Amino acid sequence: MIPAAFEYHRPSDIEGALSVLAEHGDEARVLAGGHSLIPMMKLRMADVPHLIDLQDIADLKGITIADGIITIGAMTTQHELINHEALFAAAPIIREAALQIADPQVRYMGTIGGNVANGDPGNDMPGLMQCLDAQFILVGVDGTRKVPARDFYESAYMTNRDDEEILTHITFASIDAGYAYEKQKRKIGDYATAACAALVTKDGDKVATASIAMTNLSDVPVLSEAAAAALIGTTCDTAAVKAAVAAALEDIDPTEDNRGPVAFKMHVAGIIISRAIARAWSRA
Amino acid sequence: MTKQIVTMTVNGEKKEVLAEPRELLIYVLREKMGMTGPHVGCETSHCGACTVEIDGKSVKSCTMFAAQAQGAEIKTIEGLGSPENLHVLQESFKEHHGLQCGYCTPGMITRAHRLLIENPNPTEEDVRFGIAGNICRCTGYQNIVKSILSAAAELNAAKEAAQ
Ligand SMILES: Cc1cc2nc3c(=O)[nH]c(=O)nc-3n(C[C@H](O)[C@H](O)[C@H](O)COP(=O)(O)OP(=O)(O)OC[C@H]3O[C@@H](n4cnc5c(N)ncnc54)[C@H](O)[C@@H]3O)c2cc1C
Ligand code: FES
Ligand code: FES
Repeated sequence: MIPAAFEYHRPSDIEGALSVLAEHGDEARVLAGGHSLIPMMKLRMADVPHLIDLQDIADLKGITIADGIITIGAMTTQHELINHEALFAAAPIIREAALQIADPQVRYMGTIGGNVANGDPGNDMPGLMQCLDAQFILVGVDGTRKVPARDFYESAYMTNRDDEEILTHITFASIDAGYAYEKQKRKIGDYATAACAALVTKDGDKVATASIAMTNLSDVPVLSEAAAAALIGTTCDTAAVKAAVAAALEDIDPTEDNRGPVAFKMHVAGIIISRAIARAWSRA
Repeated sequence: MTKQIVTMTVNGEKKEVLAEPRELLIYVLREKMGMTGPHVGCETSHCGACTVEIDGKSVKSCTMFAAQAQGAEIKTIEGLGSPENLHVLQESFKEHHGLQCGYCTPGMITRAHRLLIENPNPTEEDVRFGIAGNICRCTGYQNIVKSILSAAAELNAAKEAAQ
């Protein structure tokens, strides 16, 4: 499996990367951890005459937490997300989700930026970022803009990012809520048959706020506002969870593939969503 | 595309090779440097037979271009021990029957080596989770896990004795 030939670029700053992107347009693509892009190039499903390796760009790395806002550089690896104690304290759901991605080797290389920019419905971070209401920071030759994760995904592999833009950072508020990331997969290293991110806060014995988002159950991640609405004001009892699951299932549109027929995916999704809600509530 | 010189340190030795950017690191290691320890199992990022250590990370070298490794510090199974002087992990795999055909073993041991650096006192569950990116067709994993746990105990005992 040898990919088509390409020219390799390794700029040391964002400006350098942007200028190669501007010069070569859709002939150029950035490389982060390469664990989605390189397999596609090996299969010759992605043809990238100009490959721009981002590994030397220090501005794209690192995690900062200040005034309740978490900012993560696009080139931060899943391994780094898992092992960052301050991040775990501020947003433990990130570690919980990242540990369910692929296997150790993939997590050493795979980055959060690549995971959210990729646009593969199987990627776990996009749904999680929608659940957290994260913002993606994109830089292009015309400047910087912020796009909410909830508006970023258009269809499989199609996102709001312009071909000539680089995702530099992801930001979201630290979490003061019960949380859970639940994922059903056939084996370690497989993408989700169904996955769900849930955040729930409590006021007395009632649900005050809720946020529910799902992975790999449509061609984009799906935030279900109806599922959240079904929980708010309830005691998160069986009937409320059932109503939330029913509402969430209305919002997804899974397709049949090697992970099973649609009816099976709906069944698995129902179980995963209700587990995510129950676990988030138990931690609220 | 034109070849370029790629420089990396492999098992402590500085190496220079001429490679096209699209060449995968595993083939550069095996075919251009004669490091045939890391194997090609699946070539699709799934089996872990090609695992090497790059700048302190366990990496599937079939999923990295040689050019990405420019300037990197690489360790392969060849750098862990030698036939005359086996690494504790190698000795332990031999002792506990942690291999049968041996195809997965270089990747498995290279991965286990990194795992024990990051977590010198792993539980059985930690070991199983930590080697989840390495597939073995033969052993059923039981003896691999046993080998790694035993090597961990031995390394810790040696560390203690040295103190
Ligand atoms: C065996 C295996 C199992 C896996 N299982 C899972 C799983 O269960 N869940 C999961 O979520 N993922 C899984 N992955 C994917 C893995 O997490 C990838 O690493 C991740 O999706 C992409 O991150 P990357 O850094 O490798 O990106 P790359 O592969 O380098 O890039 C992916 C895409 O994003 C673009 N891109 C990358 N960074 C930027 C940026 N900063 N700005 C703009 N565009 C950018 C690239 O141009 C490319 O199109 C698996 C991968 C493998 C090999
Ligand atoms: S050969 Fe690289 S993971 Fe199988
Ligand atoms: S010993 Fe044969 S594959 Fe592991």
